Amino acid sequence: MTLEQILFYTISGLVLFFAFMVIVCRRIFRSAIYLLFSLLGIAALYFMMDVEFIAAIQIIVYVGGIVVLIIFSIFLTHQVGEKMPKKLIKRIVPALILSLAGFLLTIDMLAHHNFNTGINPEKFNPTVENIGHQLLDYKNYGYVLPFEIISFLLLAALIGSIVIAIRPKQQQAKN
Amino acid sequence: MEGIPLLHILILSTALFFIGIYGFFTRRNLITMLISIELILNSVNINFVAFNKYLYPQQLEGIFFNIFIIAIAAAEVSLAIAIIINLYRKFNTIDIEDTNTMKH
Repeated sequence: MTLEQILFYTISGLVLFFAFMVIVCRRIFRSAIYLLFSLLGIAALYFMMDVEFIAAIQIIVYVGGIVVLIIFSIFLTHQVGEKMPKKLIKRIVPALILSLAGFLLTIDMLAHHNFNTGINPEKFNPTVENIGHQLLDYKNYGYVLPFEIISFLLLAALIGSIVIAIRPKQQQAKN
Repeated sequence: MEGIPLLHILILSTALFFIGIYGFFTRRNLITMLISIELILNSVNINFVAFNKYLYPQQLEGIFFNIFIIAIAAAEVSLAIAIIINLYRKFNTIDIEDTNTMKH
């Protein structure tokens, strides 16, 4: 085993372990912290796959933005340190059967499919320069239209979340 | 990443996806369901990057899809948390069993 393989299997084991802890942990705050470690592990995997830009985005947006937002909402809606109620067995059994069956089916399909890796001689070159040129190109398979649509979507989400979370006027007067 | 076959990365992302599915079905709390959705989206992102790197290295399509998925996930989380905070103000709980009316 080379060093790279050891690193990959260690990091993926850690990612799966933390993801499992996210699901089974009964304290919601700890669950959010485990999510943070799992996302950091996925960012490390991106670094190993030579996509440094995506790894940086993963750390900035997921770890720095989404997890912090989730932790804030936990503080706003929960008593700290209180445990969630135990899961019902009638919920666990169907979910376990469903997810295990889906997992085995997908693994079976993947194992019997022959991926033609290494058929393309060209080198994978995801530098920030290449990504920027191709993302903002409007001919040659450029992605400028989805880019604009995403910017509109983010603006709409910003305004929408402010409108939803704002307190109604009468209620404000009452308090 | 030459020593690691594509299949192992795909197995990792499949496991992550179904862990997220399991959490989504068993949890009864809205925020933990949101966390499970984040796990599912991340597993899909790993797949996009792996396919782009191993099968079609001449274009960067997987990376663009990855960036768009991250942007949509950020928008989704901000909206969902606004809705959750609003629900908490009205019902004083965010358990899905208790918050079963849309109009108040």
